[in-house]
Amino acid sequence: MNFLAGIGRAVLSLLAEIGRLASFTARSIAALVSPPIYSRLIGQQIMRIGYFSLPVVGLTAFFTGGALALQIYLGGNRYGAEAIVPQIVVLGITRELGPVIAGLMVAGRVAAAIAAEIGTMKVTEQIDALTTLATNPIKYLVVPRLVAAVVTMPILVAIADSIGVFGGYVVATQSLGFTGSIYLKNTMDFATRQDITSGLIKAAVFGFVIALMGCYNGFNSKGGAQGVGRATTSAVVSASILILAANYILTSVLFNK
Amino acid sequence: MTAKIQLIGVKKSFGSKQVLNGIDLTIEKGSSLVVIGGSGTGKSVMIKCVLGIITPDEGTILVDGQDVTHLRGSAREPVMKKFGMLFQGGALFDSLPVWENVAFGLIQGRGMKRSIARDVAIRSLAKVGLPEDVAFLSPAELSGGMQKRVGLARAIAVDPEIIFFDEPTTGLDPIMADIINSLIASTVKDVGATALSITHDMASARKISDHIAMLYAGKIIWTGPTSQIDNSGNPYVDQFIHGRAEGPIKMAVKA
Ligand SMILES: Nc1ncnc2c1ncn2[C@@H]1O[C@H](COP(=O)(O)OP(=O)(O)O)[C@@H](O)[C@H]1O
Ligand SMILES: [Mg+2]
Repeated sequence: MNFLAGIGRAVLSLLAEIGRLASFTARSIAALVSPPIYSRLIGQQIMRIGYFSLPVVGLTAFFTGGALALQIYLGGNRYGAEAIVPQIVVLGITRELGPVIAGLMVAGRVAAAIAAEIGTMKVTEQIDALTTLATNPIKYLVVPRLVAAVVTMPILVAIADSIGVFGGYVVATQSLGFTGSIYLKNTMDFATRQDITSGLIKAAVFGFVIALMGCYNGFNSKGGAQGVGRATTSAVVSASILILAANYILTSVLFNK
Repeated sequence: MTAKIQLIGVKKSFGSKQVLNGIDLTIEKGSSLVVIGGSGTGKSVMIKCVLGIITPDEGTILVDGQDVTHLRGSAREPVMKKFGMLFQGGALFDSLPVWENVAFGLIQGRGMKRSIARDVAIRSLAKVGLPEDVAFLSPAELSGGMQKRVGLARAIAVDPEIIFFDEPTTGLDPIMADIINSLIASTVKDVGATALSITHDMASARKISDHIAMLYAGKIIWTGPTSQIDNSGNPYVDQFIHGRAEGPIKMAVKA
């Protein structure tokens, strides 16, 4: 009996959490489409979210492209199909690995930073202070971060795609015996516009998820430094899980045959 | 004449814990009321209900006769523009320099140009005794007393009709506390504002108020002119103002 009550309570609190998140999302979107627009803050956030994420995203994309080339070569070797490396690398990077790796790296960097900053503002009453200064905290804090993340993630992923393909190219030409010009020609001929745009659409969705989970967890943190720490952790964990779930759903929608 | 602020039967509970249990309170225009009460009795919750940061479960809050209890969002903005608030911990925005903190309500709330707002901010800082070079520091570089002053400058920069003070002297040394009290008393008079303050510091309450109310067990149990506080005839008030452990007030150990 107690066991059932426990399950019931867990389900109820999960539903309540989903309801709160949905209402927070709705309020954020409503604030997104109504004036004032803080363009100055959007610019700041584009720098913080986009520009400063370039090194991590670039490095991880490079190594992922290299490892991918190596694995495809070894796997293809079993069927005498090693020549397929450039085609599969560009497909894997643009459709899946570029957006997912960039999404997870930015989730770790940015969702955590947003949750820590907004969470600290929450527990030190800075968010209440915004309200008393006739400023809507959702509009002032959430909207610039959402806009900046949705705008910059596709750009980051476009860069990650290029660097990832380059990583594959370096490994293929340096240690797998491919000729540079042929590798590049095969890459260009094989990749379609849809491979690339599908990845960029994913990137925009991931950007939304990252900023939303950072803001939501920050706004709901309570109880001092420990609460802010909890908010930061759950922002990263929930953003990462939602990115992987959204990735599966988007893949099945964008490539449904 | 309608009262500046009126609370009628305001109730608020968090979970099973009843914090406010029917608050009735009237603040006349131009007066300075201090609500006293022990830690955790719900003083901050009460002020946040008036500010619209917390929504009461029951009861009505009137500002200038207008029912603002459930006003939210853009409908509430004209009411918020009447308010200035000094938070218990200062609540300065640590991502902005001091002058932008002070000018925040002018720039974001009222759309004033940044260059003009900066001059207004520097004048506000001067009113609380801070020199111009403080304007360009970050709040983290200031001492607690200076942060309180900046918070006060921010509260008065918007020329509010009503100023709220949440424990303005808590955490300050006695001399700095007295300086802040004098600043509050004089700025409230200069701005011509109505003031609602909460504190458990009796010296501060006597200095900045013309009326005092006492909050206990979720209700206002006594209210009267500051000059009458020593002859209230109320054992709860007597115990509180003399800080006696013995008396009708039983301290709950768990907040
Ligand atoms: N947002 C909240 N959620 C839950 N409980 C709260 C909240 N705000 C205040 N409380 C509780 O209400 C009580 C009164 O708090 P407060 O008004 O801050 O007291 P004080 O009189 O010291 O200012 C405290 O026990 C506090 O734990
Ligand atoms: Mg308090």
